[in-house]
Formats: sequence, structure tokens, C-alpha cells
Amino acid sequence: MADWSDPRLKMLALQRFGLGLKPGQGGNVADVRERLLAEIRNEGAPQPRVSFSGAAPIGRALYAFEDEERAAREAKRVATQQGGQQGVQVAAAPPMPGQPQGQMQAPAQPVPQFPQAIYREEVVARVQGALEAETGFAERLVQFWSNHFCVSVAKGNFVRAMAGTFEREAIRPNIFGRFEELLVAVESHPAMLNFLDNQLSIGPDSRAGKRRGRGLNENLAREIMELHTLGVSGGYTQADVTSLARIITGWTIVGRDARLGFPGSFAFNPGLHDPGGQRLLGKVYRQEGKEKGMAALADLARHPSTASFIARKLARHFVADEPPPALVAELARVFRETGGDLAALSRTLVTSELAVAAPATKLRTPQEFLVASFRALGRKPDFGQIAGPLGVMGQQLWQPSGPDGYPDSNAAWATPEGIKTRIDVAAQLGRQAAGSVADPRALVEEVLGPLASAQTRQAVARAESKPQALALLLMSPEFQRR
Amino acid sequence: MAADDDDCERMTPSRRAVLGAASALFAWSYMPKFAHAAAGSRDARFLLVVLRGALDGLSAVPPLGDPNYADLREGIALAKDGPDAALPLDGFFYLHPAMPNLARLYARGQASIVHASATGYRERSHFDGQDVLESGQGGPGKTESGWLNRLIASLPAGEAVSRHGALGVGVVPPLVVRGSAPVLGWAPPRMARAGADLVQRLGDLYGERDPALALVLKRAIETELIASRQGAEQPRGGGGPDSAEGMKRIAEGAARLVGAEDGPRIAALAFEGWDTHANEGGAKGRLATLLGGLDGALATFESGLKPVWKDTVVMVVTEFGRTARVNGTVGTDHGTGTVAFLVGGAVKGKRMIVDWPGLKPEQLHEQRDLKPTTDIRAVAKGVVADLFGLSGPVLAEKVFPGTSGLAPMQGLVV
Repeated sequence: MADWSDPRLKMLALQRFGLGLKPGQGGNVADVRERLLAEIRNEGAPQPRVSFSGAAPIGRALYAFEDEERAAREAKRVATQQGGQQGVQVAAAPPMPGQPQGQMQAPAQPVPQFPQAIYREEVVARVQGALEAETGFAERLVQFWSNHFCVSVAKGNFVRAMAGTFEREAIRPNIFGRFEELLVAVESHPAMLNFLDNQLSIGPDSRAGKRRGRGLNENLAREIMELHTLGVSGGYTQADVTSLARIITGWTIVGRDARLGFPGSFAFNPGLHDPGGQRLLGKVYRQEGKEKGMAALADLARHPSTASFIARKLARHFVADEPPPALVAELARVFRETGGDLAALSRTLVTSELAVAAPATKLRTPQEFLVASFRALGRKPDFGQIAGPLGVMGQQLWQPSGPDGYPDSNAAWATPEGIKTRIDVAAQLGRQAAGSVADPRALVEEVLGPLASAQTRQAVARAESKPQALALLLMSPEFQRR
Repeated sequence: MAADDDDCERMTPSRRAVLGAASALFAWSYMPKFAHAAAGSRDARFLLVVLRGALDGLSAVPPLGDPNYADLREGIALAKDGPDAALPLDGFFYLHPAMPNLARLYARGQASIVHASATGYRERSHFDGQDVLESGQGGPGKTESGWLNRLIASLPAGEAVSRHGALGVGVVPPLVVRGSAPVLGWAPPRMARAGADLVQRLGDLYGERDPALALVLKRAIETELIASRQGAEQPRGGGGPDSAEGMKRIAEGAARLVGAEDGPRIAALAFEGWDTHANEGGAKGRLATLLGGLDGALATFESGLKPVWKDTVVMVVTEFGRTARVNGTVGTDHGTGTVAFLVGGAVKGKRMIVDWPGLKPEQLHEQRDLKPTTDIRAVAKGVVADLFGLSGPVLAEKVFPGTSGLAPMQGLVV
């Protein structure tokens, strides 16, 4: 057992598994183990407060927004054509029926468009939730799973509007349930279906496929196996990718016609589904309709390659770039023996001697660094104060450059430009917080306490100004590494 | 602060002292130039551009002379004539109409195109594919260092290349330059820079407490010093590496540093967004926009590196190609063979380097992808062997381990 009476170890555990200390917590390192475990709750992670509640209302509003956009473009096109013809026409044509009056005269509004407005609200709510969390262990797990099952708002307006609700609906309720439930929630969410093109994929032998001569898009199927379950060397072939792509044809998003349900929500469309049995990883799936995909996902979730892949990734994220093999083996064993019980997995992680006692080598990711800084400085940031720094540090919320998510190693983040940019951010945070922090030296005690080195204390104490003292605290090795 | 006055005095150096200290730290880069390794050998520049997401080589450089091309590419095929005609290269291969600068450089003998090429990787994972491309290893999973970094580490100390190290562009620099040899970092600036005094103090703190962070910070300062001597800073803001504007800004910044007398001789950068699964587009559309961005970046290299352009090779590569046949959503899925570009005044240009495998079903790799007939590592080995004078054994053991059976391609460089 790890020595949970050592204050340094307890403080490090709060940094490693949580979001960093807040000054109000007064350097409290009592009951750290119990406080971390207390965030493992059946209902999942706490929900951020937002004004829109889920995929269906957002989908409906998004479709309405797109319709308005299209109407406005059409009106502009018509008006331009008419304008161009005025010189040769005796009289301007009458306005098109239904064309909004005064459309062209409306001044450009600085109000963000609907998808961006939703995204902004989701970003602020997500960070606000992270600032309110006690230790933040559940939030860190949300961040981990959200990056494992990432979507990117760079895909377009649909994902931009849906990324936050994807995390709220598919990730948060399921992080302490069974992996299979999390997997199904993710792969059937409209944000994921859009991000990896599955709503475009049509079974070649389905009714629509025969009629329209269109076909498969294997993007989601490949990433389910490569990135979400088995891992790239988990033992599947190109034929398996094609089979899974056929199995999940028909997993789609309800359109504006509401024919299959609420616009913007998930639906299984039998008209797009490839009929018949499919062989996946040596097993033939003959279930009807959506059940075929459910059965395939259930088997992928329980596959031993999935247990090993998740175990290693989890240990790598929380403990070290090269985590102790015994820890990975233990996590994989718990995953297999509990049928992918993520509460059991989380408990093992946070109580394992190997996880708790490992030295602090991992650099906080930019998102972790920014949230820990806000917590330490007692800030309540607006959208720009969140998105600005995250953008320059290369880790904008829900915007990785590919479906493999943001990198999770020191090699990626501890780079010359990465550290230099971090210093720029720390300098700015120091300037912003200098008025509200009474004494940076006291803050060192509150947020780092026994972890702070003599050199860091001295550097903060000798700083030429309060902003500089705060920047030195935020950039100190003890604050940066966990 | 309430620390005692003597300490404050001592710990608050003047601006001049800070600059002096920073310069002393990097005195090695100001040393008088030693004679180059061999008399007459050129002071070459090499830039590697990685296109992340797998470029569709059959759209970038369409084989319009192949009778099977048009059928495979229904909905996205390019044409020899019409308003958006592809640009002629050698009568069989054409260039995407969004790349007029590359066509011009090709015609002038400053660009060559390698077609039906790939690394040794034959699976279809982007991330493993990029790791193999950049690590220079035979397979995935060996990502401790990149082949450009090992190339620098293999050169004799004192050569311009090893003295100045490599430049990795981006907040997260490409794997291909990561490793034990010094790497400078740079990304388009988007936030006010912190003061030199804070940076110096952190350098001191890291020096005492965290050698790894001390080293990366030292390299960051070094790059900034080079950039500051190259004139005014770029404007802030702008698009990311998946936009034409972002590609141009990245190319401008890289050219500024690589073109500097004391700048890095080697740079690696990455452009993103090439994973065109749906609605790829033909002469116009999504891929056309990206190719236009790449074309603009090539023109930016040409103008930004003007004084050293005659000694420059820009190599553009991607992890693999895309399916030969268009998929069910007017895009293409992950494939195998694709194209690579060699551009620059040092390129022996106006050449299609290709052993064309054909596009009939039985000629395709696994009846699906353009079959790779040229190993891109042979091309890379040929270019760096000629530019930097590396021997075959060093290339086969250190830079691209396990490639002794793969001879460097000859005659790529003038």
C-alpha cells in the first residue's frame, strides 16, 4: 500500500488524479484517498449547467439555423441578380414571395452564429464545472474519455453545435458504468456519426444503395476498432473494417423531415442498412437491423485487446508516458474480470501503489494547466479567456486535428515552442490575477504546499512584481508536472 | 515583493545583462564559421512538409492518360480540357488545376513528382502511417526519434547542418525532427510574448530543478534570437494548418528561419485536413482548396528563400494514399500508393519519377488502392545523400534503419 500519511504523496495524488488545488481548500491534504474515491458515483460525472439540454433540441435549432442561412443566401443571390439587371430593366422585378423584407439592409450583427453561440456556452460551462469540482477526479476522467472518444468542431457546424452535448449525453453519465454502455452511447451519438461520416454510409445491398448507387464510408468503422476499442494492433484486418462498416450502416441522424424521430437525434434507418450476415473477427453476426451493430459493439467492448488498450492508455494518461507494466497488467485484469466496469477500473487506478507512488514526470496538458491555473488564482473566466490561451497552446476544447484526439505525452507538449507559449500564457494570467491575489508566497503554500521546492519558493519570493511571481508559480516544475 | 533588498538587486538584471546572458548561453551558434566539411560542398537547405490525413495522389496528379482513371473517379474526375482543365505535365500525368505555381516550377525544371509511391507501411491507420513516415522505421511503434533528427545526429559536428540543428514548426513539432539532436521550435505567434526577464528567471529555476524543461526553454530562446534578427515579426492571428492562409503563414515563418545565415538548415512542418472521406470535390471543392493552400506555400518558400533557393529542396510527403475508386459518399477511403513532390532550385526537375502500375482491378493493391512501385524512403535517402553527403551505410543503419537493400535514388539533385 502507498503511504497515504505522507503529505507530499497526498498533494501529488491531488495533482495527478485531480485538477489542482484551490486556495479555499487551504492546502487541505486530509482524507485525500477518500475524497478522490467519493467522486466515483453511479450516476457518472456532474453535469455542467447549459441552456440547451440535448441533441434533439440542438439539432432542431441547428436545422432551423441552416434553413435561415440558405434562405438568406438565396435572397441575396436573387437581389444581386436583380441589382445587376437594373441598368437594362425598366422596372425592378417584384420581390420574391416570402422573401423577408429588408433582408439586405440589416446591418451585420457581431452576435455569434447559432453553432458558435452554443459552442461558447458549452465551453464556459465545462470549465466552470471544472472550477467548482472538489478534487476534480471525475472531471479528469471525463476529459480522458472525451479525448479517447473525441469529436472535433473543425468538422463543421453540426459538430460545433453538438460537441458539448455529446460529452454531456454520451460521456458523463457513463464514465462509471460498463465500458460497453459508454461505447454504445458514443457510437450512436449524432455528433460521432457526423464526425466520422457514418450518416453518409449506405449499405451497397440496402434499398437505398441499390436505388441510388451509393455505398459505404468506412471511416467510423475503422476508428471504432483502431481508436475506440481494440487498438491498431488489436488483431483486425481490412476485411473486418469493411464488415463492421456494413454492420453499422443505417446508424444515422434524423433529418429535418422528422420521419424517423426528432430531427438531429439518433435513428436506425433500415432503408440504409446492409441486409444479411457479416463476419467480424471470425464471428458471424446475423441479427436484425440495429441489433447487429449492438452485438458487434458488445463483443468489441469485451475483447481482451480492448482491455489491454484501455488499461495502457489510462495508465499512460494519469501516471507516466511509459507506465509501470505491472500497473497496466493490473488495470487490464480488472477490466477483463469485471466485464469492463469503469468504476472498478477508476478505483484501481486511484488506489494502486504503482499509480500513486510514481514520481511526477508528466507535464500537465494545456487544458489541465489552464484549469489548474484558474483554480489556483480563483478566476472565473469568460469564453475568450479560455479559448484564447487554449488556442495558442494548441489544445482548443473539442478540436483535435484528427480522430485520435490530442497527444498524451511529454514529447508532444514539452517542446520549445510549447513551453515558450505556456510562459506567455502564464505571464498573461499573472497580470490578470495580480489584483486579486494578496500574497503569491502564501499561494505557493496553498496550491503546492509540501511539493514546492526551495528554489521555487525563492524564485516566487524574489520576483520583481506580483504578476511575475504568479507566472513563476504557474510555470514552476512542481506546478507543471504531476 | 518583500524579499530583502540585496536579493532584489541581484536578481533583477538589466535588460542588457539579460541579453548578454542569453547570448552567452548560445555562443556556439555565433562561432566563426568553420570551413565546410568538404571544399565546394553546398550549404544546403531541406524542408519536409508532411500532409496529415493521406493525400489523394490520383486527384493531385491525375493520370489522365490511363484509360481506367475516369471510370474509377466518377463525380471527382479531372479533365484535360474545359474551364477547369488539369495542368499538363508529361502528356500522361496532369496536375490539379489548383496548383499553378507547382506547374510553373515543374516547367522551369525546379520540381519533380514521384507517383505510385509509399513507405513500407501497408496497413491503413493514419497515425501508424504517419509514425512510420516520420520515424523512418520499418514499422509502427518506434517513435522515440524521427529520421531527420537522426540524420542531424549522424553528421560530423561543425557542419552547418548539425551546428544549427533542425526546426520543428508548430506548438507540437512533427515527430520527424524529434530526438536527441537539438531542435528549434517555432509557431506562428498568436499571443503577446512574455518578458525576457521572466524567461530568464524560469531558465534559472529549471536549470536547478528540471533539466529537461531547461533544455527545451534554451532551444526556444535560441529560435527567437534568430527570428528577431530576421526583421519584423509576422502579424498575429490567422487560420490553422488546415487552411490556405495558415499554410502560407507557416511557410513564411519557416522560410524566414531557414533562410537566415545562422538559422537551421533543416525544417519539418505539417499541413492538415487531407482525410477526404466525403465530398472530396474535383477541380473545385474541399481537396482543391487544400491543394491551393499547398501551392501557395510552395510559392512562399520560393520567394522567402530566394537567396538560398538554388541550394534548397522542399519535399512534400503524406502517410499513404486513398482508394482508387471513389467511395459511397463521393470521397475516398484510406489507401496505399500516392504522390510526393520535390520542389526547389536544387531539384533536378521537370521529371515524373514513376513506374506506373496501372489502374485495372488486378493492377491495384488488394484490388483497391494504387499499387506502390516506388519506396519513398529511397527518394528521401537519395535527396539527403546528395544534399548533405551522407554515406549509404549511415543512411541504411541510422537514418532509415534496416534499409540496406533499398538503394538511395540517384540523380534527384542538381
